[in-house]
Amino acid sequence: MPRLGYSYAFLDPGAKRELRRSLLKAVALPGYQVAYASREMPIARGWGTGGLQVTLALVGPEDVVKVMDQGDDASVNAANLRRFIARMAGVKTSTDTAQATLIQSRHRIPEEILGPEQILVLQVPYPEPLARLEPSFAKARELHADAEYGLVWLSLYEDLVRYRTATHGADYPVLVNGRYLMAPSPIPRWDNPKLHRAQHLTLFSAGREKRLYAVPPFTEVRPVEFEDVPFEVEDQRGWADWQTGVRHKFMTELPLPDGGSRHELSDRDYARKRAAHLPTQPTYFDEEGGFYQPGYLAPRTPPERLERLLQGEP
Amino acid sequence: MEAALEPPRLEHQQPVLRAMGLQKSYGRVTALAQVSLALYPGEVLGVVGESGSGKSTLLRLLNLQEPPDGGDYRLEVPGYAGQNLFALDRYQARQVRVRHIGIVYQNPHQGLRMQHTASGNVAERLILAGERRFGWLRRAAREALQASEFPLERLDEAPLRLSGGMQQRVQLAKALALQPTLLLLDEPTTGLDVSVQALVLDTLKRLQRERGISMLIVSHDLGVIRTLADRVLVMRAGRVVEQGLTDQVLEDPQHPYTQQLVHAKL
Repeated sequence: MPRLGYSYAFLDPGAKRELRRSLLKAVALPGYQVAYASREMPIARGWGTGGLQVTLALVGPEDVVKVMDQGDDASVNAANLRRFIARMAGVKTSTDTAQATLIQSRHRIPEEILGPEQILVLQVPYPEPLARLEPSFAKARELHADAEYGLVWLSLYEDLVRYRTATHGADYPVLVNGRYLMAPSPIPRWDNPKLHRAQHLTLFSAGREKRLYAVPPFTEVRPVEFEDVPFEVEDQRGWADWQTGVRHKFMTELPLPDGGSRHELSDRDYARKRAAHLPTQPTYFDEEGGFYQPGYLAPRTPPERLERLLQGEP
Repeated sequence: MEAALEPPRLEHQQPVLRAMGLQKSYGRVTALAQVSLALYPGEVLGVVGESGSGKSTLLRLLNLQEPPDGGDYRLEVPGYAGQNLFALDRYQARQVRVRHIGIVYQNPHQGLRMQHTASGNVAERLILAGERRFGWLRRAAREALQASEFPLERLDEAPLRLSGGMQQRVQLAKALALQPTLLLLDEPTTGLDVSVQALVLDTLKRLQRERGISMLIVSHDLGVIRTLADRVLVMRAGRVVEQGLTDQVLEDPQHPYTQQLVHAKL
């Protein structure tokens, strides 16, 4: 039961209406940052207020809500948000990705393929993908209006020349529907391909920056890349989960006292199911590391080939 | 057999750049008052004048960086021939600027990203024009830098760590990377020491000869103008006070201000 005396799902009807209108606009213009009146929430800015507002504007009594933080349902932040949403909307919660209808997440997209009935809400700290390159927000908006994104390729050029690889570990910019450049929130590069032609709706919301945007289902999402140096996900080919031996899922590296390290699945609920030998849904990356949409991820560029390109031999 | 004489080129060639009645004021200060000029294919036009005479404003207007208060500006470039470029919207103006106009500033900080690599600065132009192949960018940057006699072993150093002469060469390579129709030079050698200045001028002259680029060079240094320019405009207080062939104007100045300028040089 939701709390009596409070508005259902905490937000007042006016706030919800405004959020839903902004969300419709965001869905109509994939990747476009829609300004909205981010409300004060009972948690501090920077702790997921943007995602929380979107979740509260969408949640209904029939929903099953999952909240995760860096792939973990048990982190303090995720647990608090989940409890708050449950208390204010009287909804069921679950840590199981397959059960959830509404998933709020920070820094990760689950490993199991989301279905058309599910909505993913990502918390965003910095919604402007051009902020690192163009300090003026007014100018950045002009660049968006003109679809003038050369600067991003220039920074990729500089990365390849200096470091032989792209330096964006997370929040790797993508071009949505061939039009708007978008910051996919600080998800690892590993999760970027999952946005492409996904069956589910993905909503992004930055509470402090007061911007929200969306990737509707089955929308083209392309990473920033050169034709001859394609985008690559993190190279974790030699890694295996220390508990279950699972490979080819996104992992975090845990340092050990002896100076070594071991690897652990980042999606904790998926790890729980695998460890208990429970049934799991199909995953975006299969057991051999193949992506579920063949041909979307190009083969990695061998270092020798990159050296040749650097010498100006196309 | 006597070959039929061709009529002089100036008679049948159309100017590549034609600007009429350029007008610009900043508050009460008139920076340009009814300035008109034409530039023919492969020609080098010098603009001389003291500080504050409107030279730099003229360049900014021709580079479509600033809107004028009045005037008409045409460039013979594909897609925009016969159009007043001042009437273009922001997007089109950027297209023209990226593809058809190159500019070298006096201060390299204005024209270059000092923290990026030299090759990246050159590649930027090609990226803005839509090139998305890394190998081609590397090759084009290499070739453009080589053409402006930049030492290729320093290809990937930041301009911040390069000497003034090298920085100007990077600017030049960047300006010429897309084979622009028009090259604007704003005091390109001011601030360089004399021997480096001579080398940069040599490069400019060679590139001009080889590629037949139309150039507009602004300088207060009559030596630079004499070396490069075919024709010269003398500006003062936002007006063109005298124009003609370089030798003619510098050897036999008519306007009192030009006379003063030439004598000051001597």
